[in-house]
Amino acid sequence: MLRAELLEVYGLDPVSFEVAGGECLAVQGPSGSGKTVLLRALADLDPVAGRIFLDGAERNGFSGPEWRKRVRYAAAEPGWWGETPREHFSQGEGLDQLVTTLGLKTIQLDQGLSRLSTGERQRMALVRAMIDAPSVLLLDEPTGALDAKATAQAERVIARQLKKGRAVILVSHDPAQIRRLATRKLTISGGRARMGRA
Amino acid sequence: MTQSSYIALTYWDMAMAASLILINGLLSFAFRLGLERTLLVAALRMTIQLMAVGFVLKFIFAQTSPLWTIGLGLIMVLFAAREATARQTRRYKGWWAYGLGSATLLFVGLLGVLFGVGVLIGPDPWYTPRLVLPILGMILGNTLNGISLSLETLTMAAQRERASIEARIALGATRFEALSVVIRQSLKTGMMPIVNAMAATGIVSLPGMMTGQILAGVDPVEATKYQVLITFLIAGGTALGAFVAVLGGARLLTDDRHRLRLDRLEKSLR
Repeated sequence: MLRAELLEVYGLDPVSFEVAGGECLAVQGPSGSGKTVLLRALADLDPVAGRIFLDGAERNGFSGPEWRKRVRYAAAEPGWWGETPREHFSQGEGLDQLVTTLGLKTIQLDQGLSRLSTGERQRMALVRAMIDAPSVLLLDEPTGALDAKATAQAERVIARQLKKGRAVILVSHDPAQIRRLATRKLTISGGRARMGRA
Repeated sequence: MTQSSYIALTYWDMAMAASLILINGLLSFAFRLGLERTLLVAALRMTIQLMAVGFVLKFIFAQTSPLWTIGLGLIMVLFAAREATARQTRRYKGWWAYGLGSATLLFVGLLGVLFGVGVLIGPDPWYTPRLVLPILGMILGNTLNGISLSLETLTMAAQRERASIEARIALGATRFEALSVVIRQSLKTGMMPIVNAMAATGIVSLPGMMTGQILAGVDPVEATKYQVLITFLIAGGTALGAFVAVLGGARLLTDDRHRLRLDRLEKSLR
């Protein structure tokens, strides 16, 4: 589904890999090793050399916005521009269900963002990333601010996305989570990326 | 409509007025503000610059060639562009730091003068420097203020709101959708001074140009008509200048793939 060829991400040797539909590829490595810049490069948020393909079509064949509607990056610290979570959703179909599956209440969609906890905002950001069904999800520590129960709920939602045929690239510091969700992992260390089994 | 009440000043009158700067100097000395030298330099600069421009304008007003008017107008645009971007906290790297301001001011100044002088006042000849240059100066002076405030807001807000702008970009927004909140803030900031000035004009303050015309013996009603015309020209110029600069600035802050490019900014050395 998503293939990177000789991607020249800042601080890393050129990296090539592929992730199939329905597959979760984990990315792990120490803080500052380049995991986030790799995900940002895949989402075309930073200019990098190298080629990226989605279902065989090269990134340059899409406009930036079209590419990012298909290849969706969810940041570890999500940004917000409106007063309430609902202002951040362009479509309402399936919204309530996704919100409740993640352990949130639908009434929270209309509450001020400042009244939500960090974990609740992170789950809202996960909903925002998934709601319009992108082909590839690039999740940067999506459960970093969540407790055990909320983490399990988030993992179930991610697993459901995989069952729907979406590809997921997951940055995580939790080896157990990587084993639960991913089949392979890309370990980044010392400026080099090495593929292995999860 | 000029009346015969104009009273010419002598150089002795100017020297007497200059003695008032001593008040500033004494205050600085008494409260140890350390501004004595700066005050002296600023007062000298103001006097020399104004005297110089007075002689330059006298020379150009005496010419009959449009080239002199256009030449001085272009010099005014270039200096205004430098001032528009000189005190930005973060400014665009390379040529664009200057190019955005000068292109915008050239566009707005040209439109303002064509409309104000060419269409509304309609002097003969069209390039009459006594009308073109002061009106261009007033448009440029106010527009550069609007451009400067708008661009400062745009670049600072883009830096501060980076996370929310990139969140929108990551969700598939175009560059202008992603920057819409920041663009609105910037336009509002750029237009605020002229809106405030229009609201206060006539009650809180008498504009400098109108006061000058009245002092020169022009009928106050006639002076008011000119002031209203100029104020609308300035308001339109400021709005147009802020709009062009903010859209241009937003475009420069992003690239063709609609990515936010804060790396195109650098901290000003000032």
